[in-house]
Amino acid sequence: MSDHQSTYQPKTGIEKWLDSRLPIVRLAYDSFIDYPTPKNLNYWWTFGAILSLCLGIQIITGVVLAMHYIASTDHAFNSIERIMRDVNHGWLIRYIHSNGASMFFFAVYIHMFRGLYYGSYKAPREVLWLLGCVIYFLMIATAFMGYVLPWGQMSYYGAVVITNLIGAIPVVGPSILIWLQGGFSVDQPTLNRFFSLHYLLPFVIAGVTVLHIWALHVTGQNNPTGVEIKSKEDTVPFTPFATIKDAMGIILFLIMFAVFVFFAPEVLGHADNYVPANPLQTPAHIVPEWYMLPFYAILRAIPDKLLGVIAMFAAIAVIFALPWLDTSKVRSMRYRPVMRWFYVLFAITCVALGWCGGQLPTDLVISFGADKAGTPIGLTVTTLSQFLTAYYFAFFLIIMPWIGLKEEPLPLPASISEAVLAAHSKKKG
Amino acid sequence: MSEASHNSVTTGADPSRRDFIYIAAGAGAAGAAGMALIPLIGQMNPAADTLALASIEYDLSKVTEGMQAVVKWRGKPLFVRHRTPAEIKAAQTADVKGMRDPQTDAERVKEGKEQYLVVIGVCTHLGCVPNFGGGEFNGWFCPCHGSDYDTSGRIRSGPAPLNLEVPQYEFLSDTKIKVG
Repeated sequence: MSDHQSTYQPKTGIEKWLDSRLPIVRLAYDSFIDYPTPKNLNYWWTFGAILSLCLGIQIITGVVLAMHYIASTDHAFNSIERIMRDVNHGWLIRYIHSNGASMFFFAVYIHMFRGLYYGSYKAPREVLWLLGCVIYFLMIATAFMGYVLPWGQMSYYGAVVITNLIGAIPVVGPSILIWLQGGFSVDQPTLNRFFSLHYLLPFVIAGVTVLHIWALHVTGQNNPTGVEIKSKEDTVPFTPFATIKDAMGIILFLIMFAVFVFFAPEVLGHADNYVPANPLQTPAHIVPEWYMLPFYAILRAIPDKLLGVIAMFAAIAVIFALPWLDTSKVRSMRYRPVMRWFYVLFAITCVALGWCGGQLPTDLVISFGADKAGTPIGLTVTTLSQFLTAYYFAFFLIIMPWIGLKEEPLPLPASISEAVLAAHSKKKG
Repeated sequence: MSEASHNSVTTGADPSRRDFIYIAAGAGAAGAAGMALIPLIGQMNPAADTLALASIEYDLSKVTEGMQAVVKWRGKPLFVRHRTPAEIKAAQTADVKGMRDPQTDAERVKEGKEQYLVVIGVCTHLGCVPNFGGGEFNGWFCPCHGSDYDTSGRIRSGPAPLNLEVPQYEFLSDTKIKVG
């Protein structure tokens, strides 16, 4: 925390010399070794470290792939095939990079849902939360542009559909669309600029991540009780306690990562993207990558083009506003008996929206038989998406502010240490 | 306060002149930064060679009755369709009033050349390429989100807001058109 005094003692002559000129070793020592960490952090808290690792993996494999990739509509597809077949270890590096994006999003969703459950966005951590939202938004932009680079059919039509969302803006939309695409359609200029930005944005993410960690170290970490650190009894030093716990989380995460890379590298992708981009023929079924499906479902749930686009962007914007929508004084949902059920329902809604995003809009979820003409009738994916979209927004805009005022929270422990001891004696007794 | 007295010494007897220099310098720097954005943003607009490819000529005699040619124009598919009498009749007799984007067939073809329909083959919903022959109206059907266009390329059902766009084109001769 900010009032934590530095205990770093430079020992060797070189350390003393450096410390009086650039106290970088002191900064690292205070941030990652002596830093006081709440003693009750559970494994959901290891995803911060996992995400840092994900960013590192994506940057390293990405820089290496850029040594072989050619951002040209004539060569992009073939250069990817060359990476897969001819470049030494190219297949491995590309599969780590492409699956790495999915792993990155998997980890970030857990990280976000953890923050949501334990109230990590509430005062004084609003800026910390906002910076996290900025990182998430940049991740979406980066992942989208990266998916365009192989220049397969899904790449191409993904770029077409997403850039056309901008064209839905009244009056200025079409001009912005041409500006964004650098021409009258998605073509060479679009591919070139997407490559440039796909290379740039990860470093912007790294920069915002530094701010994110800085903000975290100013306020201190939240913890499963949501009760602030009150004394030294409540904390343990970051190293070895948090370091080793993070390392354990990372190992388990990397095992899952490796299972995808080595045994199911294409299971999260689409076969259509191994067909070179053809501007004259659209594939029969266009879907984005899994991590964007919930937003795609929200887009399609609204029958009006412009309103659909607005709803999709609002679904992300509302996450930014979360710290000011929750009126509850209690952080952790451990002590919020009503809200936690709405939270569970919200998590189910997000998964269900993701499922809807991958189906055809007219498919039936539940069939009620057929009408007189023989057309099957029932609950369509679109109708289900509409209900889910309604709950998605209601959760943030109605339930969050309202339940916070009405709910009777459970008694909070006096301190982290008391909560830990109570749980311990309960287990023993 | 010592700082305030220090300031009054350095700004001299006439503080407004010093303020003017600060404001002028600040405004100048802001203006220069703003001007620097013009090339940085403008470079993303279509380049001269991209714009130069903007018009093409096409020989219609290659398209026989009932056939459709797909030509690439400005990076997009252009549908050049030689319509059958039945298709023309269906397009002309359809009730325009109930349509989402009401347009008569005559507004979408050149006079005396009703057999040729030239439209940009890009769905006005989110930019996919519709296929001919699908849907309820015997025109084009978009595989992405189910927009259904008739034999005049007009939107009849589905999420698309507008008819398939008719590009600017003119007949250079009886069988030759210039698009763009």
